[in-house]
Amino acid sequence: MSTAALSTRGLDKSFGSLVVAKNIELDLPRGARYALIGPNGAGKTTLINLITGMLRPDQGRIFLEADEVTALRPEERVKRGLVRTFQINTLFPHLSALEAVTLAVCERRGYAGTWWQKLPAYPDAIEEAYAILLSLRLGASCYRPTRELAYGQQRLLEIALALATNPKVLLLDEPAAGVPQGESAELFSVIADLSQDIAVLFIEHDMHVVFRFARRIIVMVGGRILVEGTPAEIAADARVREVYLGGAHHG
Amino acid sequence: MTSSAAAEPQRYLEAQIRWRPLEIAFWLATLLPFVLTPNYLLLASQIAITALFALSLDLILGYAGIVSLGHAAYFGFGSYTAGLIAKWGWGEPLTGLIIAAAAAGLLGYLTSFIIARFRHLALIMITLGLGLLLAEAANSASWLTGGADGLQGVRMWKLLGMFQFDLFGTTAYSYSLAVLFLLFLVARRVIHSPFGLALRGIRENAVRMPAIGAASPAHIRKVYTIAAVMAGVAGALLAQTTETVSLETLSFQRSADVLVILILGGAGRLYGGIVGAIIYMVARDQLSGINPQYWYFWIGTLLVAVVIFLPNGILGGLARLMPARRSPA
Repeated sequence: MSTAALSTRGLDKSFGSLVVAKNIELDLPRGARYALIGPNGAGKTTLINLITGMLRPDQGRIFLEADEVTALRPEERVKRGLVRTFQINTLFPHLSALEAVTLAVCERRGYAGTWWQKLPAYPDAIEEAYAILLSLRLGASCYRPTRELAYGQQRLLEIALALATNPKVLLLDEPAAGVPQGESAELFSVIADLSQDIAVLFIEHDMHVVFRFARRIIVMVGGRILVEGTPAEIAADARVREVYLGGAHHG
Repeated sequence: MTSSAAAEPQRYLEAQIRWRPLEIAFWLATLLPFVLTPNYLLLASQIAITALFALSLDLILGYAGIVSLGHAAYFGFGSYTAGLIAKWGWGEPLTGLIIAAAAAGLLGYLTSFIIARFRHLALIMITLGLGLLLAEAANSASWLTGGADGLQGVRMWKLLGMFQFDLFGTTAYSYSLAVLFLLFLVARRVIHSPFGLALRGIRENAVRMPAIGAASPAHIRKVYTIAAVMAGVAGALLAQTTETVSLETLSFQRSADVLVILILGGAGRLYGGIVGAIIYMVARDQLSGINPQYWYFWIGTLLVAVVIFLPNGILGGLARLMPARRSPA
């Protein structure tokens, strides 16, 4: 367990009688590229909310490397490198992409409380933000207000904001949601090429993408982890076929 | 990344905060009343004070998205502090101003812990409640504040030991304008700082802020304290230049008026509160001369019209006529 970038132990969460997470045990090693799949309502987004602190678990513990983070607030977990993106764009509509990413960099570097210096006095933060935008091919659009960016660019900006926090663990909630199929492979190749220091867990419905980019797959059903394994193991698993892939599987 | 590769973003961000010719022209124009309307300098002084008050509300409302219906609490607190210091025998304006600023800032800091925990409707109710609470406290403590009769016996010394506060308001307007300009420079720096960017982040998406590692409550406490200081200075200016303090400085009416002024001018635009204050105060002066009872009829009409047709205020409407300034020069 000490080698895992992220671990959860016995996470439980219910809303009244509805069990959304039951005994979730997860180990994400450094550099992981894991997919989290499952039918709608399986509790995938809830699990991300639990891990990042946006929801409090009823029971269970969350570890970032060796440190327990269960009691920390969301922003404190981010500061330690536990970062997420959102299924529905959760951006800053009237900030330009450059301003938004620079903001995230400033927060991490501890500049964001400084009100007596002007922003251009921090060229290191601006350079870093611009480098992140360039690496995601947003360099040319970074002066435009976020709300004017193409939808696919906004999905990339979601990731850019997360990268600006210098994550160790990155939880991507359907990063390609709403992106046409051709472009979604492009987006996932960006994710696959992220630094090997970052452990990535992504939720995704498109099985082609999942089997192409994930090294391991976790299948959730009804708030429980049904099975975890390599793409080959998951594809061959009878239970997965039955409850999730059903007859639609054509891998 | 070499520094030359990032020169363009650097230039873009510098261009965003550069002084525009229109700004310089605006501040030069604030000197015109001395020449053109020397009989209206007292009004001009009131406008400068109201503009400063609106600017302080803009910092929390326009930039951090904190809606307040009780901002007069800090204005009035600064006003009474400055008034009382002078009444008790220390009539030196500048130190009085600084003490009032500190007092209002302290009140702002203490209340900011409540403010930072709430948003939306709850926040409106809390700010409203705090404002009413302070106004009623001042009313009942008439031994200290003079109650409904107002604070009497405020005597100011000469400004800088040289300039008497005169009947024409020459000293009053010079003083108010200088303080407004100085604090405008501070506000301008605040919104162009990394902190100002974080405030805009809170306004644009409060949900995303914790997800990029931002401790929004700490930011909110800080900007609320800064705004309280500025509101307190505005209140102190009013007390010092009029040599009286009334309960009206703490009233709900004043909180509502400054909100209307900011919405009229355009929130989140730095000059919105100033332009709003000029229009509002001049209109009130002119319209109430014609028919005092119906003055709010016209303000109501103007407010409805602006919100419907110019949702970003008068300055927002004007900005749409100007060419956008986005890509680096």
